Amino acid sequence: MKKTIRAVGHGITLFLLSLVQLLCLTLVLVAVCLIPLGVGLYLTPPLIRRHRAFADRARLLAHDWSGVTVSRPYLPEPVYRPGLLGQAERCRFLLADKATHRDLLWGFADPVVGGFFGLMAFALPVYGLEGILMPAIFGAFRDVGFEDWYTIIHVHDGQPEAAWWCVPLGVLLLLLGLWAAPRFVRAHGLWTRSLLGPADAEALARRVNELTRTRAETIDASAAELRRIERDLHDGAQARLVAMGMTLGAVEQLIEKDPDKARLLLAETRATSVKALNELRDLVRGIHPPVLADRGLSDAVRALSLDSGLDVEVSGTLPRLEPPLESAAYFAVSEVLANAAKHSGARRVWIDLRLEDGTLRIGVTDDGVGGASVEAGSGLRGIERRLAAFDGVLALSSPPGGPTIVTLEIPCAR
Amino acid sequence: MRAVIAEDQVLLRDGLVRLLEAHGFEIVAAVDNGPSLLRELVAHKPDVAVADVRLPPSFTDEGIRAAIEARGLVPGLPVLVLSQYVEQLYARELLADGAGGVGYLLKDRVFDTAEFVEAVRRVAGGGTAMDPEVIARLLTRGRAVRPLDRLTPRESEVLALMAEGRSNAAIAARLVVSDGAVAKHTTSIFHKLDLQASDDDNRRVLAVLAYLNG
Repeated sequence: MKKTIRAVGHGITLFLLSLVQLLCLTLVLVAVCLIPLGVGLYLTPPLIRRHRAFADRARLLAHDWSGVTVSRPYLPEPVYRPGLLGQAERCRFLLADKATHRDLLWGFADPVVGGFFGLMAFALPVYGLEGILMPAIFGAFRDVGFEDWYTIIHVHDGQPEAAWWCVPLGVLLLLLGLWAAPRFVRAHGLWTRSLLGPADAEALARRVNELTRTRAETIDASAAELRRIERDLHDGAQARLVAMGMTLGAVEQLIEKDPDKARLLLAETRATSVKALNELRDLVRGIHPPVLADRGLSDAVRALSLDSGLDVEVSGTLPRLEPPLESAAYFAVSEVLANAAKHSGARRVWIDLRLEDGTLRIGVTDDGVGGASVEAGSGLRGIERRLAAFDGVLALSSPPGGPTIVTLEIPCAR
Repeated sequence: MRAVIAEDQVLLRDGLVRLLEAHGFEIVAAVDNGPSLLRELVAHKPDVAVADVRLPPSFTDEGIRAAIEARGLVPGLPVLVLSQYVEQLYARELLADGAGGVGYLLKDRVFDTAEFVEAVRRVAGGGTAMDPEVIARLLTRGRAVRPLDRLTPRESEVLALMAEGRSNAAIAARLVVSDGAVAKHTTSIFHKLDLQASDDDNRRVLAVLAYLNG
């Protein structure tokens, strides 16, 4: 019932907003007309942005009130040249964006279409209420010559009993209005989505943009990774093998003349081989951790928590996922843990692993000092990039004083 | 002493067979995959098993899983697991039943023949043989949260060797001190960590590992 009453309120609000928005639309059109005079170049972009803010509010309300999710369709703006030329580019880009056209079309139509849905949600119950109150209204105003048509009923002085006939009809209309109000608000949301949501082609264009960007980042990241591995091998195991070869050469020459010295060198060589093995092990652990390969993400994160200097508690178990996805998630968690140990001063960490609705969700909470930001720590930025290749996202909540909560979400096509 | 060996690399398997035979072990079975390892372990109930972690068919953690499953069927069956990597998670799983007779060593420890054979014998006798790397990681991790920093450097050394599964005599030999000195250190360690002292080497080790594992 409360929800229904609220829908009636939402209806009238939506109707009024559509009128305010119309004013902004008019200003946009005036600004566009002024472009030939030059003034419009400076007026148009801020007004379009203002209008987009109205559209954004409509999207938000569609989500909050009608339960219809409408995503923002705008193309990301390029970097413009400075000065007048850049201003012209800005106008051109904003006016060429198909989403702007649809925004403006929505601006024209919304007071009529959206306004109709909003007004109906409000007016029908109110009209029903009027019918119920008709005998009282009639009684109060009959001396000044009350006369009214209530739908099909003519209420006037010559027919005073008609006021009572309005009551049952009013009850009927009120009930109908209350039943319909949430549905009208819902229809309003659908209408909003039809013009303010991205069109298929736009959605595809945005997806292509996004994929181009993440692909470039992924290629950069893997190239950097290969360089690191090459350097590690070159400075580590490879160098040690060279040293071993040289020592063995020396041993070959010494073995007759000075067996004791030769034995000493052999022991040294064995120690070097152990070091080389250790380095290779560490390297492999950095590329593809053994527990991850053996057991999958849940146990690998548990193994990670055992190796961490912090007191880490891991909850939840996951099925095996696609190996590249497991690997990305693993290194993301590893980086978040390292960050927590390095910067937050945390003692305890809680990791929650979950697979819900085909989405992998990992929450990492620490009891540190907080105040972390994606901008400040390039570590988190790096994780974001890594996850972007899988359409994954990172959310950070870290108020000063803590706690810090990092949430990773990666969709899994399973 | 009867032993079962599981290792999929032929050279290393033959090497292990020869090494253990040379030290008086009787190799009752040498297999190259997880399922046969489990079968042979349950069929022969050997005095000790030496198994690689990564075995066919899955090339993941077959060895550990076969060992744990076999110990479920034959409680306390001594198993020494060898691996290219040591993982605390696996060490913990092997130790979980608290029965002892467990070893977990890096493969390159085989290079040091005397040490390795000693470790196999220790495991066969119901003791433990934990790789120094596992212990080192347990200790660095524990330092942040537990009263390990109250130990003197010498005591930390003794604790590490003890956690690997060595007896007082072996620790004394390693550190070139008297048995009495080691006994004094261990008493002090147990006191500082608030652990129940025990004369039984193995129970002592398990207590220390349980403590470090938290």
